Amino acid sequence: MTTQGRISENKGDSAMSGPVLSVRNLTVDLPKGMERKHAVQDISFELPRGEILCVIGESGSGKSVTANALMGLLPPLMHVSSGEILFQGQNLLELDEPALRKLRGRVVSMIFQDPLSALNPLMTVGDQVTEVMAAHGEGTAEARSARALELLTEVGLPDPALMLHQYPFRLSGGQRQRVMIAMALALEPDILIADEPTTALDVTTQAQILDLIQQIQRKKGMSVLFITHDFGVVSEIADRVIVMEKGHMVEQGVADTVFSTPQHPYTKRLIAAVPRLRETDRPSASSDRTDDPVLTVEKLNLVYRSGGGWFSRQREVKAVDDANFTLRRGRTLGVVGESGSGKTSLGRLLIKLLDSDSGRILYKGQDIASMKESDFRALRPKIQMIFQDPFASLNPRSTIGHIVTIGPIAQGMRKADARAKALRILEKVGLDAGAFGRYPHEFSGGQRQRVGIARALMFDPDVLVADEAVSALDVSIQAQILELLDKIQRETQVAMFFITHDLRVASQICDELLVMQKGQIVEAGPPSQIFYAPKNAYTRELVAAIPGADHALQKA
Amino acid sequence: MTAVEIHTHKHRWWRSRGVQRFVQHRLAMIGMAMLFLLTLACIIGPYLLPYDELYIDLRARFAPPLSGDHYLGTDPLGRDIAARLLMAGRISLLVGFFAMVLSTAIGTVIGVVAGYYGGKVNSILMRFVDAFLAFPSIFLLLALAAFINPSPVMITIIIAVTSWMEIARIVEAEVKSLRERDFVMAGRMLGLRNSHIMFRELLPNMVGPIIVAATLTVARAILLEAYISFLGYGIQPPLPSWGNMLNGAQQYLATAPWLAIIPGITITIAVTSFNFIGDGLRDALDVRNDPA
Repeated sequence: MTTQGRISENKGDSAMSGPVLSVRNLTVDLPKGMERKHAVQDISFELPRGEILCVIGESGSGKSVTANALMGLLPPLMHVSSGEILFQGQNLLELDEPALRKLRGRVVSMIFQDPLSALNPLMTVGDQVTEVMAAHGEGTAEARSARALELLTEVGLPDPALMLHQYPFRLSGGQRQRVMIAMALALEPDILIADEPTTALDVTTQAQILDLIQQIQRKKGMSVLFITHDFGVVSEIADRVIVMEKGHMVEQGVADTVFSTPQHPYTKRLIAAVPRLRETDRPSASSDRTDDPVLTVEKLNLVYRSGGGWFSRQREVKAVDDANFTLRRGRTLGVVGESGSGKTSLGRLLIKLLDSDSGRILYKGQDIASMKESDFRALRPKIQMIFQDPFASLNPRSTIGHIVTIGPIAQGMRKADARAKALRILEKVGLDAGAFGRYPHEFSGGQRQRVGIARALMFDPDVLVADEAVSALDVSIQAQILELLDKIQRETQVAMFFITHDLRVASQICDELLVMQKGQIVEAGPPSQIFYAPKNAYTRELVAAIPGADHALQKA
Repeated sequence: MTAVEIHTHKHRWWRSRGVQRFVQHRLAMIGMAMLFLLTLACIIGPYLLPYDELYIDLRARFAPPLSGDHYLGTDPLGRDIAARLLMAGRISLLVGFFAMVLSTAIGTVIGVVAGYYGGKVNSILMRFVDAFLAFPSIFLLLALAAFINPSPVMITIIIAVTSWMEIARIVEAEVKSLRERDFVMAGRMLGLRNSHIMFRELLPNMVGPIIVAATLTVARAILLEAYISFLGYGIQPPLPSWGNMLNGAQQYLATAPWLAIIPGITITIAVTSFNFIGDGLRDALDVRNDPA
């Protein structure tokens, strides 16, 4: 399906009935003392009837504030200072709370990024869906239950009759998001606001949810305001796009046009930063042709055992099942797979933050898998890791200098030497010397990730394990960090083990890829083979689910 | 590689939200003021009074407050209550403070070790905590005090030994939740020793809850000291403490009520002040009070 076709299809009726919602000169103030005065400033747009409008921007661009303003759900510290939001000739901003409450759910409803925290953990799915209808005094109790069943069927939940009596924690992330959608649809709203509804989901689940939203939107002729930071998602579903930067709307237009001929430099930059599937393999960063193996993994196994108390039977999950691979000097080995596929466990085995059940990890001929922690401590500096969450991985009570030098000092480096080296490496990762005495909370996510990289580089490691190292970052920052890692590898010839769920990112930085599913490596090979000639069915499914990958696949 | 600009605003600790909240907490400020005055009086008061706490003025036995030079009256032996009260304050506050320091140290070490290692170590240490909690601490205090020479140092140690469990539990829970954070993983990745991770990386992250619990522990330690001294097993006369001043007072409750009322009110003021400060700190350090 092409987006172009859909727009022409919809043009007829949107011209007939006009926009369902118009926002005019909306300005929302931020509390005093923040880095800018307005959360969003002077934005105007129209939400056409029966179309999907995507709002795209990086974190802090004001896209969520815009959505919350439409729902009248701004946090107490922010308030609208000027502008109007018109729905059927009514200015929503002038309505009082009871009137707004009537509109919510019935006219506008919303789905959120994290379905687990948006659902009440103590209520069954059925109760939560019927509650929405009950709150608006809709129908009788029986009619509501019947409708709930109908809705759960509609959003494609398996076994909906049973699902009514389930609690949210029993459901997978994708299923929870489907429940959220069912709740949002309960009162047949005219407008659905979706705030990053697929960001917390796996690629394959993301593809299914996007598909569902699109289907429902078309069936009901709803208008959807879809907020996202991912241009891949935009290219999948958007009819029109609004691009936001630091509270300003910098560009709006038909999705395909914005994509093919972006006008504003910021849009151009955003589009350029989107990780794309490379068509050819990455030029090798390895300087010599020999490709020395640094780390060889043989028949590595890890089994998680849970339960197994006095009264319950033990359950076993194979997190890593018979893994075999080799890391080479100056080369990057990527691991891709959905959450729960065992890729993070595999990474933690390599740096011995977890102990394996059987198998060998050979580092320079020595088996480190069986080594005791006290013996391995001397080797730790040579195998380092970059963590996913740039907020949790730095001790909030330590200065950057302390964080970066503590390891080398504990390993016996002199304080003055450690400091000198830290300053050199901080500069190398793009931070100035002033960072040394500051605390993590003074830095942005991308800058913190640079600190994490500097910490790992302090020892001149032979192996660098990067666990989802760019997943928590905005696309433009993501591109910078990937560039930095590439540069470091070329300079230091470090072997990298790059764990990611994003196949586009993997294609940018990896020389070879492992595809993991349920603890097993189901396919291995260079990215060109994985993406353009996948042999395994699961690999094909993963590749097909990449947002915005249609073009890539057609070329293959 | 483009250099990344670092935009930060200077952080001064007294302008942080936590400190602001504490300063705006009215009860906590009242507690701070009362405690400050009480401490100041205990430190310099005895030098300004005309009598010392051991001088026996036989002509002025049972003098009521505000009679002559005895501002707060005298006790059955004719000793000046104001002087005794302030000297007793020195002892009671010091006992309370050091009992807190000691019990916080014990509780923190046990809590951190139990929380960090988990598993068997955790089970053993926490059952130990449970056992101590299950023991009626007043009886334990009395039993211990009966066998040991009840000097202020011993009383401090005995109180500390019976009141570290709450801190151990708070710290253990805190460590358990911090242990899974990536920065602890990073510490292990860097090859830091467990003791280093526990006490130099994790501990600074728990200062808030520990300070709150410690403040409340001071209040309880002062009360405990008063209990056992009142019962005659604590600080021994002629050394004054708030508790043993009450002890001497009970038989004259009808004829000389000020003997009980004055130390009683002082204990109440000290304990409430610490509790107010503790509540204020708890509210101030609770990040959930930060606006989103």
